[in-house]
Amino acid sequence: MANPEKDEVTGTETTGHEWDGIKELNTPLPRWWVWTFYATIIWGIGYMIAYPAIPLVKTNTKGLLGTTNRMELQAELDAVKKARGEKLAKLEKLSLEEISKDPELREFAVNMGKAAFKANCVQCHGSGAQGGPGYPNLNDDDWIWGGTLEAIHYTITNGARYNPDTNEDTRQSEMPAFGEQLEPQQINAVVEYVLKLSGQPHDEAKAKEGEKVFMEEAGCNGCHGDKGEGIQDAGGPRLSDGIWLYSGTREAIKSQIMKPKHGVMPAWKGRLDPATIKALTIYVHSLGGGAKS
Amino acid sequence: MGIMDKHDKVERSATLLLILSFIVVTVGGLVEIIPLFWLDNTIEKVKGMRPYTPLELAGRNIYVREGCYLCHSQMIRPFRDEVERYGHYSLAAESMYDHGFQWGSKRTGPDLARVGGRYSDKWHRQHLIDPRSVVPESVMPGYPFLAKTELKFDDISDHLKALRMLGVPYTDEMIQNAKADLVAQATGEETDGLIKRYGKEVFGSATEVKARDFDGNPKKITEMDALIAYLQMLGTLVDFKTFDESNVENLR
Repeated sequence: MANPEKDEVTGTETTGHEWDGIKELNTPLPRWWVWTFYATIIWGIGYMIAYPAIPLVKTNTKGLLGTTNRMELQAELDAVKKARGEKLAKLEKLSLEEISKDPELREFAVNMGKAAFKANCVQCHGSGAQGGPGYPNLNDDDWIWGGTLEAIHYTITNGARYNPDTNEDTRQSEMPAFGEQLEPQQINAVVEYVLKLSGQPHDEAKAKEGEKVFMEEAGCNGCHGDKGEGIQDAGGPRLSDGIWLYSGTREAIKSQIMKPKHGVMPAWKGRLDPATIKALTIYVHSLGGGAKS
Repeated sequence: MGIMDKHDKVERSATLLLILSFIVVTVGGLVEIIPLFWLDNTIEKVKGMRPYTPLELAGRNIYVREGCYLCHSQMIRPFRDEVERYGHYSLAAESMYDHGFQWGSKRTGPDLARVGGRYSDKWHRQHLIDPRSVVPESVMPGYPFLAKTELKFDDISDHLKALRMLGVPYTDEMIQNAKADLVAQATGEETDGLIKRYGKEVFGSATEVKARDFDGNPKKITEMDALIAYLQMLGTLVDFKTFDESNVENLR
């Protein structure tokens, strides 16, 4: 095939193959494609030489650049740490009170806390910290365990009902299942009283009866307070507002009294470093409901 | 033209074509297969890795069955954004007992390599039944049937046996007691044997085997129990105190 035959119409060479008078064109691949293809091969070989690649008998090839993804990451993280340097050191050293008094440091902590919140907290508390059924809203001033800087810090550090066997510091409260302790009639009465406390339509006569159960037979006031205002030291939620952890309907209140649900919050000590926990505290406190110490 | 014209000869001789094809395939095969014989030296030496307990393995099988890997990766890459979001980057050692691995590549949902212990069992249960009840912006489908379906585990020891053939260090004792260990872990009762075989004392793990009623329904052992048990142990085994990040051998 010294002189390849050219097709008259297209001007392209043929392969020289012929079937029943039909000849096959030998159209070349587009230049750009061929050269890109060769370039990727060369790139691949170069990459294998430059970076760690092939496992050999004793160890893998180390690469001419002498660098790895893990080394690059380490350098990047070190640089970040250095850039945050002074402020991070202050965050670690100063008390929460001192941090929130220093506007610049407070802003740093809020931003750092915001980032940490997005990564770790939004799955339960929601991306706007708005909470959801069973998970408290952090934007309001209704706190189950307290909304001061110290209280928030404690809750984040130790969690709530989180492995109480091994984590003695965790927030611990348990509402008894009154379905087994009270008469159905008493439960209905307490439900009416709780509806009254929260300013919802209720049966006044039953509520009166319920108040007695609330204060005496069942002792609800021990955790929820005499007027349902909540007792944060005991982890007893406030009942005298329109904010509900689960729901404020008659059925939901009844179900919670009969067989209460209990939420769990993980302890973040050990998982997040102390500076991040402090930043989260300042951030959550800044959301709107932060209480004075 | 020269050598490019010779294909004419190869194409006309079946024997020659066969011999040359064989040579090409051999070279390709050798290049791809030979390094695998020394794969072990790419796996970091760390403390804490243990084979999956029978319940975790059953949960892992459900994870694979439901195709969770299609949206969730289990591979925290050594990049700043991932490390800050998920935790320490994944090590090769952490998936050495995975057959096949669940690294994944599609990241519609978050990476799960270190999801263990991050949320409560209750959260997982609620989230698996109805993801949008806890994460309103989620696009994950619900898996409510897991909580209703009883776990089939009469063949669990066979799963252990099959994995042993692939090099997972299950002992005879582990295989014999697979069923009992599974029940113990899903109920949290009589866990002495389970802890003795898989406990952190034995493997130097960072966390103890978690045994409890994972799905909040003590009456039966469901697929939900198994899946949550698996999710709650992911990425919690390696004791990173024993992992030297700056050691040359670990920088790859």
